[in-house]
Amino acid sequence: MTVQRSLTAPLPADGIGPPRLLFRPSLNWSVNWLWAWAVPLALLAIWQLASTRGWVPDQVLPAPRTVLNTFSDLLGSGELWSHLNISLVRVFAGFSIGLLGGLILGVAMGLSPLLRDYVYPLFKAFSQVPTIGWLPFLMLLVGIDESLKYLLIAKATLVPVAVNTCQGIQGVPHRFVEVARVYAFSRWQLLTRVVLPAATAPIWNGVRYGLTHAWLALVVVELLASSEGIGFLIVYGRQLFQLDVVLAAVLAVGMVGWALDKALQRTEDWLLRWRKSGF
Amino acid sequence: MSANIHKNTLPPQLRGWVLPLALLAAWAWAANAGWSDSPLLVSPLAVWERAVLQVRTGELWAGLSASLWRNAWGFAIGASAGLVFGALLGGSRWFDRLLGPSFHTLKQISLFAWIPMLSMWFGLGDAAKIAFIALAAFFPVVLNTCEGLRGVPREFIEVARVHGFSTWQLLGRVVAPAAAPSIFTGLQLSLIYTWLATLGAEYLMASGKGIGNTLIDGREHLWMDLVLLGIIVVGLVGAVLNWTLATLEKRLLAWRDRTVARY
Repeated sequence: MTVQRSLTAPLPADGIGPPRLLFRPSLNWSVNWLWAWAVPLALLAIWQLASTRGWVPDQVLPAPRTVLNTFSDLLGSGELWSHLNISLVRVFAGFSIGLLGGLILGVAMGLSPLLRDYVYPLFKAFSQVPTIGWLPFLMLLVGIDESLKYLLIAKATLVPVAVNTCQGIQGVPHRFVEVARVYAFSRWQLLTRVVLPAATAPIWNGVRYGLTHAWLALVVVELLASSEGIGFLIVYGRQLFQLDVVLAAVLAVGMVGWALDKALQRTEDWLLRWRKSGF
Repeated sequence: MSANIHKNTLPPQLRGWVLPLALLAAWAWAANAGWSDSPLLVSPLAVWERAVLQVRTGELWAGLSASLWRNAWGFAIGASAGLVFGALLGGSRWFDRLLGPSFHTLKQISLFAWIPMLSMWFGLGDAAKIAFIALAAFFPVVLNTCEGLRGVPREFIEVARVHGFSTWQLLGRVVAPAAAPSIFTGLQLSLIYTWLATLGAEYLMASGKGIGNTLIDGREHLWMDLVLLGIIVVGLVGAVLNWTLATLEKRLLAWRDRTVARY
């Protein structure tokens, strides 16, 4: 089982990721809400005080109101939205390519030990180099237009999806397969009725990390090599020493990240709804 | 895997070498056949020569040691801060109520989006880079430490109470060992993230030396051999970091079934 063991070894920046909370404070909602806002509000007050008293110059930290105004200006003029739109198209295009590739590769490696023997070492070497390490190479190879973004985001997605799919399929209990054999399932039935449903949770985990990494890769590639998109907006603000633009764009990045995370959580609940009956 | 009989006669240990060697051969052949006169099509030999040159002049080591030094500082600062913060978040309800939501909001910001802000506050030197690397190390450690503490089964603590353990005994003998696998996962993840962050910091705050600067230099001068060498070095360092921590974990947590640490 040496192959199995090597498959569980962590890969760089992929595979395992932040867990979700199992434990929630049981106080009622409004009290929690008050507590949760105490620190951000206090920080906001200090920030406001610092800027009105002139403790820090505006170039270092603009007043909260300035940031908010910039944010609403950018939103109102449609500029923020057009940058975001470009970024989201890139993420979903790259993510879809990477997802498809990762699923195919993961299923193939999970089902065929022979293929795994041949492909896995190369795949592992490929994934040892962080996505961002491939960036200069890809920039030389394909230039800095859209295909660079798609390729880099696809790579960021592919690795965690493939690893988790492969592990998930390998982790399907042998008993399930034996039962399916007894019922004389065809190969296709075995795959779609037994193996894939049993491996849904780990595969989905891979998809989640894939999307997180896709978003991370998007921001990097836009910071480094782009003339549009939300990452570019950050760089642009930085170059003009307009920290309010930078902060407004970072706020947007955080909000999209949050929305993506929530959307994934909802999808997960829906995908794994059959599990609840078991507990 | 044991009873697989294939017509293929190649022993399994050798199968992994087939694809890489085939790729290498195809690459060398393409470079030698002179398919294109693009400066980007360098031969494997050119990469090797570049490697020898870089090692001989000490440039590779200068860049690599600068990167590793940054990485180590950032990791040390970020991980120790993360351990403390994560322990408080996982151990204290009040702390969790006060700072938990803020923390979970901040972690949504894509890591690299911090760089432009940090570079405005700390400049483009090592301070900004180390601050960024520390930030990258901080988040996974906090999450996994917190999760590890919360995952300690209540029964363990009840048993310790029954045996009249003091608080220190409880923490040292029960809580810390029970949370250790998760904490290790956090440290491991954080080490991976710091290496990513070191590269990113060197790309985006391109001043000084570092392996990231080597890669960027190679790209600017269209030196594909240098870029490829950089990629290999980056991959090797990542692999070594992974391997070191995995070995350490195996040593320290030998008493524990490894599968428990996985999610």
